[in-house]
Order: sequence, then structure tokens, then C-alpha cells
Amino acid sequence: MISVEIEKDLKVYQGRQVLKIAQQFDTGSITQIYGPSGSGKTTFLKVIAGFIRPEKGTIKVDGTTWLDTASKIFLLPQKRMAGFVFQDYALFPNMTVRQHLEYATDDQPWIDKLLSIGKLETFIGHKPEYLSGGQQQRLAILRALATKPKILLMDEPFSALDPEMKSGLIAELKLVFKEIGTTVLIVTHNPQELEGIEDARVLVS
Amino acid sequence: MDLTPIWLTLKLATITTAMLLAVGLPIAWWLSKGRSFFKIILEAIITMPLVLPPSVLGFYLLIAFSPQHGLGKWLLHTFNIQFVFSFQGLVLASVIYSMPFMIGPIKSALQQLPVSLSQASYSLGKTKWQTFIHVLLPNIKPSLLTAIVLTFAHTLGEFGVVLMIGGNIPNVTRVASIAVYDSVEQMDYAAANVYSLILFSITLVMVIAVFIFNKYQLKSPLE
Repeated sequence: MISVEIEKDLKVYQGRQVLKIAQQFDTGSITQIYGPSGSGKTTFLKVIAGFIRPEKGTIKVDGTTWLDTASKIFLLPQKRMAGFVFQDYALFPNMTVRQHLEYATDDQPWIDKLLSIGKLETFIGHKPEYLSGGQQQRLAILRALATKPKILLMDEPFSALDPEMKSGLIAELKLVFKEIGTTVLIVTHNPQELEGIEDARVLVS
Repeated sequence: MDLTPIWLTLKLATITTAMLLAVGLPIAWWLSKGRSFFKIILEAIITMPLVLPPSVLGFYLLIAFSPQHGLGKWLLHTFNIQFVFSFQGLVLASVIYSMPFMIGPIKSALQQLPVSLSQASYSLGKTKWQTFIHVLLPNIKPSLLTAIVLTFAHTLGEFGVVLMIGGNIPNVTRVASIAVYDSVEQMDYAAANVYSLILFSITLVMVIAVFIFNKYQLKSPLE
């Protein structure tokens, strides 16, 4: 069970607004986070990952406190090890496809499985700038899964994929999520994108 | 023809560059992250040698490390170290004088990297140091090389600051740039020409090598 209750000031054009979220996520569930642009969806994911500190709040993951502003507890992102798929992919320009995964894990059979899921076996020697947008996005997803994270935070993870690739990948990812028992939060601006695969929806507004 | 000034210059430039690489990398990394009043002041101080006349910097170093006064006197009596009119004095002056050439390009390159690169590495459980070594540093290679070459080349060409703190002692502080000046003063244009030509050639080869390396970096599609 993941329990999140946070308050974070957001800087917006000509003023401020407060992002307030109190939500629980069942272990192993897939939740779609949606809402208008600028509502704080990405900030919400970054707060959970530990990249941004909220003004107030608590985050508890399977009984472990990741954040408690009242008790001044703040677990570093390196300790949380939340899988994160960035909207800009954040791939390492100096690393090839395989090196991305080897940087994250030593588990070679798991790396081979991920490469097969992402259909990137034939591109293992390529660096990101020589991959297409869709291939880059798939690599970003695979890298986030490489550590078998307890929680996977995905920011617009399927935006660059064609419909056929998207549906195939989503089906395979669902099996992987189940296998590693990860709790998944997916930010998307398109609520229809994940229709049928999500267990819950959370509106951020 | 005495080539000692050339060897002394190369030794000085190598030691200065190595020391600045060791000191400059962590400072540049620290300066690249966020802004604070203290960082702004420190950055301004590091940048000063770019705009300050070398003789002014040399003068203050001469006063600060003079064995007759404060710090210089204390260093001499406590550790038996004398920076004025010695090779270690040249190294100290060169490190201070060339610092902006090492730190500037590295800091700018680190600032241009998206913050999400570090965040992605942290989310994989990597420490700040592992992230710096495996993710940040390899992605600023061209700027790093530029910084190293600029520092080395700048140290080769130092004149005012090394003359002020080191003087012109043969085999100790008489570096190539001072030897050129000295030869011209003695109307020995042939020697001045040899020293100048060697300095010019070394610098040109280094700069061309950087251009070739950076061009190759941009063209490498695979490992």
C-alpha cells in the first residue's frame, strides 16, 4: 500500500497555486493520473520520486516512511529507487541501449527479457541520438523497469508510440508489472489512452 | 641553445593543468548546481584573473607570500616552504591565474545538461559521485577537453604573473615566455625566435587536436 498526502506550492503565471493530493494506491495497482496542463501531474510524480520536496506531507510505501515533513524525514531518491519514465526520456547520450540497462542492473537474463519486450534487441549498440522517438521512449521505460522498482512513475510514457506498438507494448508491460509486483502511476493527458488497463484514476486539478 | 625554459614551461603547464583538473572539477560541479550569494561571490573571484592585469595579481601574490611578511613568513618558518622566486611559487600563481579557464567551460557544460539526467541516475540507486563519473562527466567530454587545453595553453603563455612571483632565475623560474623577453632584450633574436616558434607550434597542434576530437565526437554514431 502506498499512501500519499502532500501539499506543494506551484509557481504559475502571475501567481501561485497549491497542489494538494491525498491518495492511497494498492500494491500492484495501475493508476492513471490525469488533469489539465500545468495542474501539477509531473510535480506529483517528482515529489514521490524524491526529486522535489513538498512544503507539507507524508509518503509511506509498504510501511516505510519516505517522507514526513513534520518529523523532517526525507528519504533520498537513491534510497527510494522509484522507477521513473521522464517525459523527455532523460536517456544518457554517452550510453548505448545495452549500457543503459547494465548501468541499472547486473541481471543479464532480465536485461535480455526487457530488450525483447521493447523490441530493441537489434539496437543494443546504438546510442540514443541514433534511435527513433518511439525507440527512445521504449528504452526509457525499460531502463525504469531494470531495477524492478516497487513503484513505477511514468510521465506520458506512450506519447511517441504508434497505436500498434503501443497496444502490444502495454499488453507485455502489464505482465511485467504483475511479475515484479510494482505499483504503477501513469500520467497522461489523454484519459482514453489507458482505457481498460488501469485499476483507478486520479484527477489532478 | 638552452632548452631548459621550454622543459620548465611544459612541466609547469602539466602540473598546473593536473592540479586544476583535480580542484576545478568538483568546484565547477558545485557551482553548476543552484545559485547562492556565496557562489556568486566565489565565481566572481575565480573569474578575476580574466580581467585583472597579470602584474596586479602577481604583485599581490608577491606581497602575500613574501618571506618577510605574514603568510609567507609563517609558511617558511612552519613548513619551510617559500613560494616567492621558486618553482612552487610559479605553480601556485599559475593555478590561480588559469583557474577560470578550467572552471568556466566545465561549469557551463554541466549547467547545460538537463537536470533529468541526474534524476534518472538517482532513481536507479546511483550516488551523486557515480552519477558525476558515469553520466555527467562523459557527456561534457568536448568541454572538458577544451578546458584542459585552454588551461595548458594559457599556462604556456603566462608572463606577467610568473615574472612577478618567480623572477627570472635560470633553471628554476625562467620559463619560455620570460626567455623570449630576455632574449629580445639581449638582442638575441635567433634564440627568441626558437622559443617563440616552439611555443607557437605546441599551442597550434593542441588547438587543432581539440577541433579534430570534437568533430569526431559529433560524428560517432556507435560505441
